[in-house]
Amino acid sequence: MKPAVILFPGSNREQDAVRALRLVAGARPQVVWHADHELPQGTDLVVLPGGFSYGDYLRCGAIAARANIMDAVRAHAAKGGLVLGICNGFQILCEAGLLPGVLVRNARLRFVCREVLLRVERADTPFTRAYRKNDLIRIPVAHGEGNYTADESTIARLESEGRIAFRYARRDGQIDETDGPNGAINGIAGIYSEKFNVLGMMPHPENYIEPEIGPTDGRGLFESLAGALKAA
Amino acid sequence: MKARVIVTLKSAVLDPQGKAIEGALRSLGVSGVQSVRQGKVFDVELAGNDRASAEGALKEACDKLLANTVIETYKVEFAE
Repeated sequence: MKPAVILFPGSNREQDAVRALRLVAGARPQVVWHADHELPQGTDLVVLPGGFSYGDYLRCGAIAARANIMDAVRAHAAKGGLVLGICNGFQILCEAGLLPGVLVRNARLRFVCREVLLRVERADTPFTRAYRKNDLIRIPVAHGEGNYTADESTIARLESEGRIAFRYARRDGQIDETDGPNGAINGIAGIYSEKFNVLGMMPHPENYIEPEIGPTDGRGLFESLAGALKAA
Repeated sequence: MKARVIVTLKSAVLDPQGKAIEGALRSLGVSGVQSVRQGKVFDVELAGNDRASAEGALKEACDKLLANTVIETYKVEFAE
C-alpha cells in the first residue's frame, strides 16, 4: 500500500490521516504538497484530508480543487486508483468534479463538532469491506458546511446506483434526516464515484482508531483499504 | 475596464444564511422586507478595452472558479 496524503495551505488533519494509515494499515504515507504536479511513483491511494484549505475562501474546497496536484489526482482516479476525501477533502472532490453535488452551509448554520452514528450502506467496496452492510458505527464530525445537496436527478441517480456510502442514522438504524448534524438530503454522509474508487465523506474515521482516545469504529475503513490494496 | 460579477444562489437552492438575515431584519423592526437571499460580488479590473474579450475572460472566470454552477448563477455588469 502506497498512500499519498495531499497537503493544501490550511489543511489540518493530514497528520491524523497519516497516523491512521500508519497505525491501522501499516502503511508509510507520503505527504504531497498541493503545488506539485505528480504523485509519488506507485501511489495506489490518494487521501485529501480535512481542514480549511485556503481558509474556506470563496467556497469550501473551491480553490484547493484547482491546485496543480489535482490534475494528477484526476488522472489517478480516471485509471481506477483509489481516492478518499474526508471533510474538507470531500468538499474539494465535489468542487473538482470528481464527485457530483456540493456541500453547503449546515441547515442550522452552526459548526457541528460531535459524534454521530453512521449506517454503512454497503460492505462490498474497497473502503468498507471490513464492515458489514447496515453496521452502525460511531464516528466524529467537525464541520460548518456538510449539508450535502445536488439536483433531483443526481440524487435519484446516486440512490439507484447504490452510491451512498454512509448515512447519518439513529440508534434504531433509521435515517436521521431531520435531526442529522447538517440537514444533508437523504441523510447522506458520504458518496462514491461511478466506479466506487472515489469516496467522499464528511465524518472523520481517522479520529476513531485508538482505544486510548475513544471508540475505534473508524479502523474498519483503513483495514478495508489495506485489505483491498493488498489483494489488488 | 472595470466589471462587476454577481454570483447568487439558484432560486431552487435553500439559503439558510439569507433566512437568518431576513429574521434579523424583522427583529430589528425593519418593515416591508419580504425575503433576503445572500450572494457575492466580485469587482474585477480587466486589461485592455475590448468588451468582447473581457466578457469571454469573465465567463471563463465564472465557470472555472467564481461560481459553482451546481447551485449558483452569475451575471456580469460593466461599469460605464
